[in-house]
Amino acid sequence: MFRFLTRKLAYGFAILIGINLLTFVLFFKVNTPDDMARMQLGGKRVTPDAIEKWKAERGYDRPLFFNEKEQGVAQVTNTLFLDSSLRMFAFDFGRADSGRDIASEIVRRAGPSIALALPTFVVGLGISIVLALGLAFFRATYLDFWGTVLCVVFMSISSLFFIVMGQFMFSRVFQLMPVSGFAPGMDAWRFLVLPIAVGILARLGGEVRFNRTLFMEEIGKDYVRTARSKGLSEARVLLVHVLRNALIPILSASVAVIPLLFMGSLITESFFAIPGLGSYLIEAIAGQDFAIVRAMVFIGSFLYIVGLILTDISYTLADPRIRLQ
Amino acid sequence: MQPVFLLTDLFVYAILLFVLWYMWRVRSDRNLRANWRLAMQRPVSMVSSIVLGFFLVIALADSVHYREALPASTGQTSTQYSSEASSLLDNLLKPLATARERSYSEPLSAVAFRKETFERDGVSVRDYPRLRFGGKHLQDPASELSADVSRKSWTALGLGAAIVVSLMLLGLALAMAQTGQSFSVVLTRFRNGQTLWPWRSMTITFAVLVMSITWVVMLSQGYHVFGTDRTGNSVLVFALKSVRTALVIGGLTTLVVLPLALLLGVTAGYLRGWVDEAIQYLYTLLASIPDVLLIAASVLLLQVFIDKNQGVFETSLERADARLFFLCLILGITSFTGLCRLVRGETLKLRELEYIQSARAFGVSTPRVLWRHIVPNLMHLVLINTVMQFSSFVLAEAVLSYVGVGVDPKTASFGVMINTARAELAATPLVWWTLATAFGFMFLIVLSANLLADAVRDAFDPRTRLRSASSVANTTQEVAA
Repeated sequence: MFRFLTRKLAYGFAILIGINLLTFVLFFKVNTPDDMARMQLGGKRVTPDAIEKWKAERGYDRPLFFNEKEQGVAQVTNTLFLDSSLRMFAFDFGRADSGRDIASEIVRRAGPSIALALPTFVVGLGISIVLALGLAFFRATYLDFWGTVLCVVFMSISSLFFIVMGQFMFSRVFQLMPVSGFAPGMDAWRFLVLPIAVGILARLGGEVRFNRTLFMEEIGKDYVRTARSKGLSEARVLLVHVLRNALIPILSASVAVIPLLFMGSLITESFFAIPGLGSYLIEAIAGQDFAIVRAMVFIGSFLYIVGLILTDISYTLADPRIRLQ
Repeated sequence: MQPVFLLTDLFVYAILLFVLWYMWRVRSDRNLRANWRLAMQRPVSMVSSIVLGFFLVIALADSVHYREALPASTGQTSTQYSSEASSLLDNLLKPLATARERSYSEPLSAVAFRKETFERDGVSVRDYPRLRFGGKHLQDPASELSADVSRKSWTALGLGAAIVVSLMLLGLALAMAQTGQSFSVVLTRFRNGQTLWPWRSMTITFAVLVMSITWVVMLSQGYHVFGTDRTGNSVLVFALKSVRTALVIGGLTTLVVLPLALLLGVTAGYLRGWVDEAIQYLYTLLASIPDVLLIAASVLLLQVFIDKNQGVFETSLERADARLFFLCLILGITSFTGLCRLVRGETLKLRELEYIQSARAFGVSTPRVLWRHIVPNLMHLVLINTVMQFSSFVLAEAVLSYVGVGVDPKTASFGVMINTARAELAATPLVWWTLATAFGFMFLIVLSANLLADAVRDAFDPRTRLRSASSVANTTQEVAA
């Protein structure tokens, strides 16, 4: 277990280094600090002095990969790439172009993001498993058939429609909740119910269908037939035997959803004006603030890798036959 | 007329050629033909193919671009061409596209959506002004509109029905000639759906499609069938032009994904060792960056590049098209990882099989083993994945365009439509038709793509084929018990 974890962590670290290099090249080779300065300071009538000053303030005046002015190790360390990368691995993201500290902003915005994403994920998974089990229970009946058809119909509707219609119906027509916005503390639920419901609904069709397929695959196996021939009720077979064994692929698929969750809440957050990480990113993209975007890419990838390692661990918990090597 | 080949146009033609080549291959390969027959004999897949085919024709018509010759002025020696390229579809829709209103108007309306103050018979009144194009042939819209619309509708439906019935009779006659059966037998078999191919469902779909087209065409002569947007442009025109964007994103991205995933997956799985490690590292790297971030970052960079190199692109259409093309490229690069992983896993299994081992023992070269023995046995996976991903790309385009990192804001797309609809839903009175039209078109495209994907998967995936066979066996057993 320990060796497995260290190996996985090392691999994750190597991936993070790669991502860091990739984003660095993407951002600083194509879009030079001069361009960034001009963009931030505004317009074409910016004096070279102002640009130099802006760059010096943010440390962008150093060379990218190799500093000829320095001696020895400092030739490599006192560069934009290594300095900013090392800081990033220490979770020091520096300042945004607007001057605010990125790390503290991320910490501040993580709360609303989690309050939105976690219930969406957990409740959505629960509902989809229950519905899929129901379809599997009534397999080869009209209920199963039309349920599956409904899933495909749901899958074919863009999540944007769910958001637009949800906002329209519940906030404007029925006036049950505010259109958008956010309040800290316990009042937050009024603002979160609708985005969460919309988030669950938008992913429901695909998830139910996927889980149903997994259940159907399990149902065809020999051990299920044995369980039935023992005289167990169909409900017991499904709930105890099938569910348990189908949980592994469901878990592994759930992790693949985590980045999607990120993307999903990205749009949901900006739509409902929830001050989370997703809307932060959208604002950064709109304002062309590369420092924020780069920090967010790092965080997003970090979460993904942590998710991957967690799935591997959850495998062993769900199925003792799988040994971690 | 001077032909213009946009970047995406060329790829649309390439995809078309590829599909034609694939169809020719299916014809000559017995196994492939059997699988496709299995897929297409299901009514659902035929119905969705017809719908998709219709949208494909629209997209193709919108992919033939040219610059029209300007009317010659006096003393002019060479022909001058218009500075903006237009497509075949643009020209077909020209009467509608030029029939602009001042602002919003409801579908099939003769008056504007909002009250304005204007002069009528010399008196200043506040009322809904008449539209420039919608219902301009009517004397008094209030009393004549509904009668005119229903008269036009019935004519259109009658015309559509006439086309369908005559084609149906032709088909039945052909079936009689081919099978040598009497008319009543052929008709009964057709009516009861006892034909080898799902002719009944195909006819119904075709009938609905033809009647909708005749209806839209007929009413478009005098009205804006789906209303107009804020700037008075026809929503119908915008939606039809969005079809190409959606299909190009779906098709072109798939075209990027396929070779990338196949090449990398097969080499990783077959060669193993450090090549495998390197390729695995590469796709884990790309997979672990949240898609939207990578796309957003790349599109931002592209925008910077385009802004810096204005001279490369002659027209704004070319600029927008380049952005569409790169969006497909980026979307493809971020989403090949799933298929790549799948191909690698399958190759790992295949390379241990005896026929591959023996091919290697005979000294067949590695590229030849890969091309002749491994790749053909992976094709079902690739095909299933391709058709399944298509609809997700169409959906992704809408989301990305909404976020502002999708297509150029001037390009017609469903994402842009939904984005405008959002503000319109907050207005009073409610402007609902932009959203409804975008919803309808997009839903039709994605639903038919999803249904077709299902049928293809069921026919080509050995596992689901086995399962559906065994589930049939199970149910018959249960019934017997």
